[in-house]
Amino acid sequence: MTSIEHAAALLEEQAPPAENAGERASWWQVAPMVAVLTLFFGLPMLVVLVVSFFDFDRSDIIPAFILDNYVELFTREVTLRLYASSLKFALIVWAITLLIGFNIAYFLVFHVRGLLVQIGLFLLCTVPFLTSNIIRMISWIPFLGRNGIFNQALQGAGITNAPLEFLLFSDFAVVVAYVHLFTLFMVVPIFNAMARIDKSLLEASRDAGAGRVRTVFEVVLPLSRTGIALGSIFVITLVMGDSFVVRTMSGGQSASVVSALQNEVAALQYPPAAASAVIMVIIVTLMVAGILRLVDVRKELAR
Amino acid sequence: MKRINRRLLLKGAAAGGAIAATETITGFPTVWAQNAKDITLVHAGGSYAAIKEIGEQASKDLGFKIVMQAITDDVQLNRSLTQPNTIDINNIDSTKLPYLAGKGVLAPIPVSKYKLWGETVPLFTKGSYPNGTMASTQGLSPIEAMFYEAADGKKLASKPTEFLTMIPTIYNADTLGIRPDLVGGRDKITSWKDLLDPKYKGKTALVDYAPVGVMDVAMALESRGDFKYKDKGNMTKEEIDKTVKIMVDLKKGGHFRSFWSTFDQSVNLMASGEVVVQSMWSPAVTAVRSRGIDCYYVPLKEGYRGWFVGLAPMAHLSGLKLDCAYEYMNWFNSGWQGGFIAKQGYYSAVPSTAKKFLTPEEWDYWYDGKPAAVDIKDPYGTLMEKKGSTRDGGAIWDRMGNIACWNTVMDEDRYLTRRWNEFISS
Repeated sequence: MTSIEHAAALLEEQAPPAENAGERASWWQVAPMVAVLTLFFGLPMLVVLVVSFFDFDRSDIIPAFILDNYVELFTREVTLRLYASSLKFALIVWAITLLIGFNIAYFLVFHVRGLLVQIGLFLLCTVPFLTSNIIRMISWIPFLGRNGIFNQALQGAGITNAPLEFLLFSDFAVVVAYVHLFTLFMVVPIFNAMARIDKSLLEASRDAGAGRVRTVFEVVLPLSRTGIALGSIFVITLVMGDSFVVRTMSGGQSASVVSALQNEVAALQYPPAAASAVIMVIIVTLMVAGILRLVDVRKELAR
Repeated sequence: MKRINRRLLLKGAAAGGAIAATETITGFPTVWAQNAKDITLVHAGGSYAAIKEIGEQASKDLGFKIVMQAITDDVQLNRSLTQPNTIDINNIDSTKLPYLAGKGVLAPIPVSKYKLWGETVPLFTKGSYPNGTMASTQGLSPIEAMFYEAADGKKLASKPTEFLTMIPTIYNADTLGIRPDLVGGRDKITSWKDLLDPKYKGKTALVDYAPVGVMDVAMALESRGDFKYKDKGNMTKEEIDKTVKIMVDLKKGGHFRSFWSTFDQSVNLMASGEVVVQSMWSPAVTAVRSRGIDCYYVPLKEGYRGWFVGLAPMAHLSGLKLDCAYEYMNWFNSGWQGGFIAKQGYYSAVPSTAKKFLTPEEWDYWYDGKPAAVDIKDPYGTLMEKKGSTRDGGAIWDRMGNIACWNTVMDEDRYLTRRWNEFISS
């Protein structure tokens, strides 16, 4: 063994401890988050999981290990219908908010010149958030109602001669409210991703002979996919977990998985509600995992 | 000068009222009156019953502190069962008793502790109307809910005993609310079956709460002659299935415009004309009317759906605190509260005391069903009804004396919730 080889071997032996220290430091860095999540998410979820196997009567939950709650959940047709309904809303709202959100972000990033104007317009997008969700949603009701402003305007202009009934207390109304409430959750991450795109790439694309549409689809879209993925996660989880919007805007005509779960909680039927919650968490987690599989957000953000 | 005089006069009158009130309920031993001032009682109940002003008045009259907490039904049940110590006086409606009785969280009340039992309407003491006829026992009727079999409070007795489940406070008769201007007149809707009339397709609503929503439809189906229930207040699985099947068909056909879950929603549905006939609470009807829109709480020929509410001391109370609880519950029905809630359309379990806190004109309007001799105002002084109007349904026993079914929890409530979820999602 030459002295150089020896030195190298020594170095190799010494290197791992240095790496270990760095690793340990990063463990300490994530520790607070781990503690918070364990305490406020992990433990409650564990309780929900445990209760989902319990038995119950009118006012008590009875410790047991039974599968009845899950069996009932999986054998009832209504479960499928509720998930179909929630997924339908999630998909429609996702598509619309993506379309709108992408266009708004594109406009803000590539069409608006001047940082000040850009920031000003961006802040303008957040203005509706200065009022509460509930108020923004409920204000649609007098607008879309049978004798609401919109119907009166249509009739006044001679476009219709009877009020349009489908405008309120319908799936349409639910989608309108969702889109109104959640579009910003799409705009912000996409805006963020687009702002990081090197403008010279667009010039290069143009120089190489690509038209505007081709540039959008082949340069901008792929490069803003982290934003799209994050926005999609926000919108889809928000819609899947909602009960209030669906209940109010459909006038109680439609149900979501969570609103059915709420009815069970109101009737003190915790174990079946817990089982329903466990399945819900699994399904939404799978959806998020699916999105993250398509787009490696971690890698892209570290770019 | 004149102004001051009048003010002094008013002040004197108010003090006189307060004195008259305390007179009827005293017996507050001065020995520990000093200690009692440190006592605080938490009174929890629905927002229609746990009213801030009542707590303030009680604190003033009694010398100890009442804290009013308005909470929703499911929170109330939860806290009663899992954190009973956070409530001292539980303001429960009768349908909470099947959940709470026998669980050791409520303290049975010996009749002797309640001084106004003799003056309480016979509906609660005997289960009968003042004219002697027995009230309907469909659903959870007062006689079935008011008494425990024994001091241990394990089981409901369904007959008068020495142990009360709660001190009855307010009650009322519910029915359908309509928009006379949009259905063609007050006389156009006379029966529960009109709720299902195809004429009103897309213009009806139900409350989004299974036990009441299903019962309202059951009233309609029975009056339409579809079938007869053994007990609408305690349906069998087959009866629930039959009822829900018809409801699903109606819903798919677009018969219902909405299912409301809050008081305000029911008011807005009616006021905006989205709905012309729906199940509704009485103060909601008044709220629509106070916007200048005609709304009518129809006396239907099959009768009303009745409900009642009471106060139950929690089992953890003892010693001085328990004594104060009894003192408070006696105060509660001694008149001030009865007068206050009468102006919201609810009846007091001891009308004779409430009468002292109402003007003769108010009494005639709210209890006797006579045309208002003056403008009728709500407890906060806002105009409710113009002079000359009459209460929908008339006098107290024209309304309360005609209960077809009481609000309840069915034995098959688990199945009912399940089917209701299926109905809403269909």
